[in-house]
Amino acid sequence: MITLSVNGISHRLEIDPATPLLYALRGELRLSGAKFGCGLGQCGACTVIVEGEPVFSCLLPVAALQGRAIRTIEGLGNADRPSPLQQAFIAEQAAQCGYCSAGMILRAQALLDRNPAPSEAEIRNAMEPNLCRCGTYLRILRAIGRAAAALQKARPAATPEAG
Amino acid sequence: MRIRRIALAAAVLLCVGAIGFVVASQQRLIPKIEPPPSATFPRALVAQGAKLAAVGNCAACHTAPGGADYAGNRPIATPSGTVYSTNITPAPGSGIGHWSEAAFRRAMRQGIAREGRHLYPAFPYDHYARLSDGDLHALYAFIMTRPPVETYQQANDLAFPLGQRWLLAFWNLLFLDEAPFRPEPQHSAQWNRGSYLVSGLGHCGDCHAPRTLLGVGRRSATLAGGTGEGWRAPALNAASPAPVPWDAAHLYHYLRDGWDIEHGAAAGPMQPIVDDLGHADAADVRAIAAYLAAAQGRISPSRRQRAAAAEARAATAKLPRPAPGEELGATLFAGACAACHTGGPAMVPPRGISLALSTAINEADPRDAILIVLDGIRPQGEQAGPWMPSFAGAFTDAQIAGLLGYIRAHYGSGPAWRNLATYVHDIRDNKGRS
Repeated sequence: MITLSVNGISHRLEIDPATPLLYALRGELRLSGAKFGCGLGQCGACTVIVEGEPVFSCLLPVAALQGRAIRTIEGLGNADRPSPLQQAFIAEQAAQCGYCSAGMILRAQALLDRNPAPSEAEIRNAMEPNLCRCGTYLRILRAIGRAAAALQKARPAATPEAG
Repeated sequence: MRIRRIALAAAVLLCVGAIGFVVASQQRLIPKIEPPPSATFPRALVAQGAKLAAVGNCAACHTAPGGADYAGNRPIATPSGTVYSTNITPAPGSGIGHWSEAAFRRAMRQGIAREGRHLYPAFPYDHYARLSDGDLHALYAFIMTRPPVETYQQANDLAFPLGQRWLLAFWNLLFLDEAPFRPEPQHSAQWNRGSYLVSGLGHCGDCHAPRTLLGVGRRSATLAGGTGEGWRAPALNAASPAPVPWDAAHLYHYLRDGWDIEHGAAAGPMQPIVDDLGHADAADVRAIAAYLAAAQGRISPSRRQRAAAAEARAATAKLPRPAPGEELGATLFAGACAACHTGGPAMVPPRGISLALSTAINEADPRDAILIVLDGIRPQGEQAGPWMPSFAGAFTDAQIAGLLGYIRAHYGSGPAWRNLATYVHDIRDNKGRS
């Protein structure tokens, strides 16, 4: 018996503890936002957030996740109420086929949670593990920059000077 | 009274002697030259210098992350504090544009800058002392034809009293051997070239040899293993922890391409070195490989047996059955590692080697294995190369400890690693890791 806490909700699952989190999310919990790309931690399509850190869910056995908070794309927003980062991806048309988008957005979300005003270099460095076969990188980078700017505007009190 | 007087006289003499030594070791200034135009250096000589600079891995220390090539300011953590590398472009202001070849030669062999100031031995002049005039001539031509870049030199951050550079006169007295390289005629020309490059320009012993005297001195001849930039640098002599002994062909492939099918991928501070060796003269890398293969000595029958056992373990894709207490580690291994590290032809990208062949897993100290799990292996910059994801965010300290404990027990050959969780925690805690 494994207990997974996904987007604030606890789930009890009867599965092999070596099962990758990605399979549990997609197969058991029907959360199909995170995608299977390479299965080797090389492409980032399966990226989710565990305890604030972006991780490859295809290489993360559920046995490692007891009591640790998991966030997926479904926890950020939905088509009716997209999160600021999702809005920015839409505004910049940052998806072509869209297969990498959930992973890209989750990795970018982890960055913005840690560093609300990242530099271009910091964004590139943070996003480096995730691949986009369509080559929409420049749009993705612009979308992350746009979301960071929007967050800054919405939260002027969060600037370092005020803090 | 008399004894006290003699003691006093001895103390005074000692002080006078020490002051005299320091004064005598003050180095003279070598006059400025006008920066020589690039065109004055023959192209072939510059190309030869470039290949030698790749063996010396000069760029790795003398280039800051994101900075201009050879313009310095890369922080280098040492046991006594942080030293910032110097600008060795031919910029007249902050670089070495005014240095004559004689000044360059003196800096390389004695660690004295043109103006007479002592350089810190983070710059491995104690190794470069063995370089031939011909190789220094080519290196000078290469360095003096790099694009000049003016920089602001970062101040070093060293523990007291090491800001006093004259103290280095004593370090040199203890550790600097200025004798030129002497070939050993009983060995081949290739072995001698390898010996010359390993002990000199390649400065391999800077990491791969133990330090003596509170971590200050070096005993490079042995290659018995040491530390570098927070990593363990495995022994390269008979004490090599590699499950399968190296031979020259595998070493050549590893040094040239950054990975080897029987030993694994270069990681940590070894990565920029293999990237550079890809640009070195192939014959020189072959010489280094031949020398290092020979440095392991005769391979003992017990070592051969261990190698055969490791190769047998590597050939099976079946996951080892966990002993009591190893269940978590076995589960994590099955879910996170097995996809790449078991079965299938090893090291044909995207596969990793079987950990039965891994040097890191077979070292007495788990430090390198922990660092590889935490950081993964990423090609440097835009280089191509082996790749492993970082598991820092995926696993807790206790989980990494369980995972490595299981791997060590079933794929390693030495005694179990102790206190792994604390070790993982400490390495994670100290991101500087020096």
